[in-house]
Amino acid sequence: MQEMMKKRATELLADGTCDRVLGWAVGDFVYDQTPALFRTEEELQKGFVYNGFSAANLSKYLVKECRAGGKIAVFLKPCDTYSFNQLMAEHRIKREMIYVIGIACDGKADVEKLKEQGIDGITDIKESGDSYVVSTIYGDKTVKKAEVLAERCVACKSRKHMVYDELIGEEGEVIADSGRFDMVEKLEAMTPDERYLFWRGELSRCIRCNACRNVCPACTCEQCIFDNPRSGVSQKAAANSFEENMFHIIRAFHVAGRCTDCGECSRVCPENIPLHLLNRKFIKDVNTFYGDYQAGEDPAAKPPLGRYEKNDIEPGEAGGVKA
Amino acid sequence: MNTETLIPYVGIVTEITQQTPDVKTFRVEAPGGGKLFEHKPGQCAMLSVPGISEAMISITSSPTNTEYMEFSVKKCGCLTEWLHAMEVGQMITVRGPYGRHFPVYDELLGKDLMIIAGGIGLAPVRSVINYVRDNRDKFGTVDIVYGSRSKDDLVYYKEIVDEWMNTEGFNVHLTIDNPQEGWDGHVGFVPNFVKELNPDLNKTVLMCGPPIMIKFTLAGLMDLGFKKEQVYTTMELRMKCGIGKCGRCNIGNKYVCKDGPVFRFDELDELPNEY
Amino acid sequence: MKKLSSAKLNEFFAAIAASRALYLPVDNSRGKAEYKKWEAGVEMSRALNTVRSAKDFFFPQTENLMEFKMEGKKVEVVDTRSEAEDFVIFGVRACDAASFKILDSVYLTDPVDSYYKTRREHGVVVTLACGKPAETCFCGVFGIDAANPEGDVTAWETEGGLMLRANTEKGEALLEATAALLEEGDEAAVQAAQAKTREILKKLPLSDLSTEGLGVGKTAELFDRPEWKTLSEACLGCGTCTFVCPTCQCYDVRDFDTGNGIKRFRCWDSCMYSDFTLMAHGNSRNSQVERFRQRFMHKLVYYPDRSGGTFGCVGCGRCLSRCPISMNIVKVMKTMGGKN
Repeated sequence: MQEMMKKRATELLADGTCDRVLGWAVGDFVYDQTPALFRTEEELQKGFVYNGFSAANLSKYLVKECRAGGKIAVFLKPCDTYSFNQLMAEHRIKREMIYVIGIACDGKADVEKLKEQGIDGITDIKESGDSYVVSTIYGDKTVKKAEVLAERCVACKSRKHMVYDELIGEEGEVIADSGRFDMVEKLEAMTPDERYLFWRGELSRCIRCNACRNVCPACTCEQCIFDNPRSGVSQKAAANSFEENMFHIIRAFHVAGRCTDCGECSRVCPENIPLHLLNRKFIKDVNTFYGDYQAGEDPAAKPPLGRYEKNDIEPGEAGGVKA
Repeated sequence: MNTETLIPYVGIVTEITQQTPDVKTFRVEAPGGGKLFEHKPGQCAMLSVPGISEAMISITSSPTNTEYMEFSVKKCGCLTEWLHAMEVGQMITVRGPYGRHFPVYDELLGKDLMIIAGGIGLAPVRSVINYVRDNRDKFGTVDIVYGSRSKDDLVYYKEIVDEWMNTEGFNVHLTIDNPQEGWDGHVGFVPNFVKELNPDLNKTVLMCGPPIMIKFTLAGLMDLGFKKEQVYTTMELRMKCGIGKCGRCNIGNKYVCKDGPVFRFDELDELPNEY
Repeated sequence: MKKLSSAKLNEFFAAIAASRALYLPVDNSRGKAEYKKWEAGVEMSRALNTVRSAKDFFFPQTENLMEFKMEGKKVEVVDTRSEAEDFVIFGVRACDAASFKILDSVYLTDPVDSYYKTRREHGVVVTLACGKPAETCFCGVFGIDAANPEGDVTAWETEGGLMLRANTEKGEALLEATAALLEEGDEAAVQAAQAKTREILKKLPLSDLSTEGLGVGKTAELFDRPEWKTLSEACLGCGTCTFVCPTCQCYDVRDFDTGNGIKRFRCWDSCMYSDFTLMAHGNSRNSQVERFRQRFMHKLVYYPDRSGGTFGCVGCGRCLSRCPISMNIVKVMKTMGGKN
């Protein structure tokens, strides 16, 4: 796969389809890849990597790249294409500047899951069928890919690309029974007190690094209200637990109906807070209240929270507490 | 001296003078009268209105003034807008003094001085000017070149005309950017004016003003044959602590709050161009 | 050298906790280690290190500095600090212990930060030598010995139990206070444990990372290097690296209106944030390239310049495992340094 991608990237640079390719650059331990731009064949040969750890969703970088001009080729996994479409729908990126190479994906590994199995001192990781062979300074270990699949990939919603100019690998299907709302349902079944405890337990670890916001393809405000010193809510650290909760809840509200459930927020959280659950709750509610809707499926679709219909649900109608 | 570095003194604003449409000078005294603390010319203090914010402001009064401190503030942000809106009798908080002062106690002694300023940039060097006036025998001649956008934007105008212009050994050269009714003085930008004045190369220069003025004036001085070792300036960057700990006002390995704000240009030459 | 048999570990913790707060790494609901207050039943984590560093004990993420009473034109400053609690931190690794010296060099040099100083005085640090370092570890590059950490007391895990060595008066007092539980230590067991760890350290993939071309006096050479642009290209501008870093010490001071007074608090700040150097009239570090450069120049050049050559990094590896885009100080050192 990696070699095919490298080859295509080289060709696209050579034939002028693009002047740079957005992909992943090799790190020190196989799993620590950095999103990077490749401008020459030499750069591709030296640094381009694609494997089971190429997790980052590259679509948000296109906002910046579209402003820089030129023509960009980008590798997008199926879930990344939803973000791409959503960015298109919000006019944050220019389709004509971008050449999308869809790449098949059967799920990404989470190195932390490897480490949870007691694997440390990693020096190399090789794919072998449905397993990873991990070389470490403490000896070699083999683990099943399924055991170290990233949480978001366990509940993968689609292996089908929503947009591409060309495809590498085999196209998959939308997965109807992904089970991605299972945990949301568990949370809904809790009493308010239990739920509050659950979220306090998670959110109290927040260090307000803003990684979730900065990586989020739905967060593309020129200046976030939480960064605006004149907003009165710009904070680098929460002054109390109320603020700690509200940052994430407000953010979830802001991306409601626009979040494609790409899972980047939870992937990057240094404290492993399952932030995607907040977003999934909104996605589930939107489905319930306005009919099934998947952000990023169709860039021309009218978002449910961006239109009004006479038979729209009234506040309180869905149950819960009336304001 | 307050040993608690971040805990400020409370001062009372006892007089407010509108200097220009957007600059006011605030006289600050301790609640029981007198100065909150002693300082040296060119040093700064953190001024704050609790609930708004805190910012580093140069102390514009001379240390020879034994009764009060003065701060001249241009209205340009949250805190400064609040300061401009306050009335006499308002308490604010002050902590300091911070930073390296102009070397009036050693290197500048006996020297002929040329003080170049633009706009509100006169505020930090006013402390030096009045210190020199009060220690007239310790320094040579003093040339002051001061320019602003218009006559109305010249700060301390009355003091300049009534006091500085009448001080023995002082030569004051004023300029404004564009011709204006009621102005028969020099018209033009400070950098050009300095060149026209063709100052003697033995002078030591103290300079403060907008970055663009500094840049061109320095280039002009170099053309005239001045060396960077004879030119001082004072810098301004974002600060939170004032004591070299909060980590943001550095230029390379120097903290402006602690190692500056006064720098000699040969010293700045060794620092990266990030200010 | 003293010895604590494994069976008496909980008794030991209880003895310490009887007179003061005891904090140690504990696994949280996500299986990651964080410092928690010990109480009966709390198990120490087996993880190599905590997600957040131990700097939090001396330089917390937020702390109230003072309050202001405002009435009409009157302002009153109230120092709201109460008496500081005595505490012990158990299980600090060599890297974090070394970071305290770096924090000290900032906060305890004139003018001394009394908030920090008080906590330093009230805290006793018990370090734990590493037995199973990770691939992200590179403390040795900065002369830190993971097999012989500093701290008031150093502990080694050996087959016979925990070996404890007091390094300071505070440390001696701690071992004195728990003497009833301790036996005579076994120097040879410590040496064996150290030898084992040092063998592993040699095999770490980053053990040969070099600081050549970095450090004192390198500003002019490194500042304008074009690689800053490519290195920072993918940077999200989040604060993860700075917040998990044990040596990042920058802070912001903010006021908070409680409704019946003003609280002035200090909180961690990050040079990666766009408003870090923002002033009313402009920003001295306008783009992420400059902010990114600042962070690494600070650790690799500016701090060494100001501290006689000590680097501002302790090689704990947190930024390696936590950066959302896996850009980190090792990649910067390899790109900017002379010999990697």
